Amino acid sequence: MAKLNSKIPDGPLAQKWTKYKASVKLVNPANKKKLDIIVVGTGLAGAGAASSLGELGYNVKCFCYQDSPRRAHSVAAQGGINAAKNYQNDGDSTYRLFYDMIKGGDYRAREANVYRAAEVSNDVIDHFTALGVPFARDYGGTLDTRSFGGVQVSRTFYAKGQTGQQCLLGTYSSLNRQIKKGNVKMFPRREMLDLVVIDGKARGIIARNLITGEIERHSAHAVVLATGGYGTIYYLSTLAVNSNASAAWKAHKKGAFFANPSFVQIHPTSVPQLNEFQSKLTLMSESLRNDGRMWVPKTKGDKRPANDIPEEERDYYLERRYPAFGNLVPRDVASRATKERCDAGFGVGKTGLAVNLDFRDSINKQGKKAIEDKYGNLFEMYKTITGVDPYEEPMRIYPAGHYTMGGLWVDYELMTTIPGLYAIGEANFSDHGANRLGASSLMQASGDGYFILPNTISNYLADEIRVPKISTTSPEFEKTEKTAVERLNNLISIKGKQTASSFHKRLGKIMWDYCGMVRNEEGLRKALVLINDLKDEFWKDLNVPGTINELNIELEKAGRVADFFELTELLVHDALDRKESCGAHFREEYQTPDGEAQRNDEQFAYVAAWEYAGEGKPHILHKEELKFEEVEMKVRSYK
Amino acid sequence: MKLILKIWRQKNSKSKGSFVTYIMDDVSPEMSFLEMLDALNKKLVEADKDPVAFDHDCREGICGSCGMYINGHPHGPVPAITTCHLSMRYFKDGETIWIEPWRAKPFPVIKDLIVDRSAFDKIQIAGGFISVNAGAAPEANSILVQKKKSDDAFDSSICIGCGACVAACKNASAMLFVSAKISQFARLPQGRIEARERVRAMVKKMDEVGFGNCSNTGACEAECPKQIKIKNIALLNREFYKAF
Repeated sequence: MAKLNSKIPDGPLAQKWTKYKASVKLVNPANKKKLDIIVVGTGLAGAGAASSLGELGYNVKCFCYQDSPRRAHSVAAQGGINAAKNYQNDGDSTYRLFYDMIKGGDYRAREANVYRAAEVSNDVIDHFTALGVPFARDYGGTLDTRSFGGVQVSRTFYAKGQTGQQCLLGTYSSLNRQIKKGNVKMFPRREMLDLVVIDGKARGIIARNLITGEIERHSAHAVVLATGGYGTIYYLSTLAVNSNASAAWKAHKKGAFFANPSFVQIHPTSVPQLNEFQSKLTLMSESLRNDGRMWVPKTKGDKRPANDIPEEERDYYLERRYPAFGNLVPRDVASRATKERCDAGFGVGKTGLAVNLDFRDSINKQGKKAIEDKYGNLFEMYKTITGVDPYEEPMRIYPAGHYTMGGLWVDYELMTTIPGLYAIGEANFSDHGANRLGASSLMQASGDGYFILPNTISNYLADEIRVPKISTTSPEFEKTEKTAVERLNNLISIKGKQTASSFHKRLGKIMWDYCGMVRNEEGLRKALVLINDLKDEFWKDLNVPGTINELNIELEKAGRVADFFELTELLVHDALDRKESCGAHFREEYQTPDGEAQRNDEQFAYVAAWEYAGEGKPHILHKEELKFEEVEMKVRSYK
Repeated sequence: MKLILKIWRQKNSKSKGSFVTYIMDDVSPEMSFLEMLDALNKKLVEADKDPVAFDHDCREGICGSCGMYINGHPHGPVPAITTCHLSMRYFKDGETIWIEPWRAKPFPVIKDLIVDRSAFDKIQIAGGFISVNAGAAPEANSILVQKKKSDDAFDSSICIGCGACVAACKNASAMLFVSAKISQFARLPQGRIEARERVRAMVKKMDEVGFGNCSNTGACEAECPKQIKIKNIALLNREFYKAF
């Protein structure tokens, strides 16, 4: 059985990365040209990696399911990107960014990786600025920042409420430059169906051309997965509706361990579900909590319009419960506090599953123009969706599934347990522990892609320079392709009555009800039964019209939903197994008398890395003990 | 509410398409346009029929995937939004809705409402970038940028690449799309260094892949879901003349 080796370099935390880079094996420029690398996904991590690797001179093949790499879901990130520049002279530093992330993640992330993410954050901002990303600026021409949840400094760089779009388009432009130079070959509208492993090493992928249905074999000396998270297990989430876990899940079934799958972030501020047909929840950026105050009426079931409720009858529950951080508590804390108020009957709106996010005081103080400058597009978007003008009335918001801290287990080099297979960005597990802080997702994805992976991958590829181009006619390619096609045929030949989406929707409801913001043993056990029953029904009653040899949107969906059934089972098992509350994982049985998460460091200060043991067999748990050399594990308090 | 949908169905790029009529009896005004199509597709799949293919992803107006001609307008009759943000409350009970793919030679239809927009990528590949490698960038505050210029660059940079401008233009011109990128970089000191090469390369590619000239009608600005301004085209022209 494989043993987990996180390969954390020796030495003091602040010097690990520098020392690592100074001693890592390199590949000379002439040899780089002979090495092929596959990158799957074109978000900030994937496109960043593909362009950086291209710049270094490797042969890169890059894949995405969208029609253009510019549409990867990093594009939708709104509020900002963190860096430890300390431009505000407010006491920020690499160490403080690192500390905030470790604490924000409730001491379930790996120190060395987190420190490194903080360390490269400044390079990321420099690079984006050089690429022409129009971050917000002050009148003197310097870059502006704002605050985000869970921290007491202002370190978030932003471009209105479209920071993700701007960073992604910057990354798309650097990718394009490498495509023009011939260093990267782009394959859009491709879905990775499986990973090809030869002699224990990742050697390629099987992909489906989504336009023609053609099955393709692609080989490489190393494979990088940058395929994002699995927040769409809830069906309704802030993710793009086609976001999926299939590539990561297939890699998992080929031997890559899956770490902390139950660590899922429920974002506190999304436009609430308005109707039963809804396909998607739209996020309202966390940055809004800089100037918006969250409140509910003090009286249960108070149905007066928000503006008619006088000040003394409003409960600003975050400011009341967490005076030190107020409205800027971390996401997990804010989401649970909101759920608590709504469950207790204080929620507003038709369903009672919403709270107010009120900008009245900020508009009075700073003027409408200042608020418009900071959040203009978000206010417009809110108005478009709901028909309500947030300059006049408070926004109504409710938590929604958003980000997955869990993902493929990787070591310090971002390599999974399959040699030659890397996972970067949201697809891996490493930097956010049990809860991610706002604006650190763009930071981590870009850091992984542009600056970390290109430095670590040479350590592996240096030993591959004598390996000629990998043939795609080997028995392994043959067999993997055959299995992938069989599965497509299986899905299409069920010929039942129900659509893939209708199953997805029901699965999402189970996950939201029993494995969402709050979990307990009884509910989780029930979820396992329900998922299993639904999975059986899926494989008996699914209908996918058409054939596999053509553009077939139902077939694409069906494959993804089939994988969600397997992933959610593991996720629930992980949630059951972790008999503590930490970060976003809140088990009702383990809470303090005042309702805060109660960690159990003696028994659970580890990363749960799950190994796939074969069809129908229980997963095997491997534990990576988390050692905190720099930071003392404390009760995480924002009071 | 009840709606009569006239949807362009086309099996693939080689076949000839035509409008097919579908009756939807139970549309809620709370649905988005794409959710209404989801409901239609659910019915079709349950009857083992081929669902209507359309591009979509983020469903929050930012990825630029979705886009269709609705009653003669790209992204439908409501200004400044994408199709995914178009609410059914803007339609009347009993209304007939015509739904077509983008019509432009450089955007061939792939299936039903899906078109091939890779011509846009080709233009960006030709020159839509600033040549800087990861690791080579100077400290971010070492180059100061006037707030006004930076804000203007931002206003140009928010193009989502959906193709509505091309679809709206009777010449199928991509000038608004190209000018948005040119203007963003032209306004920033970081982008000035290779401004000449960029504008020449992008305009050349734009012509090569078959987009027409600016029709001067302003249809692109009127239909752009992100309200990219036509003054970007003026700046593109200026940059282009300066480049020779």
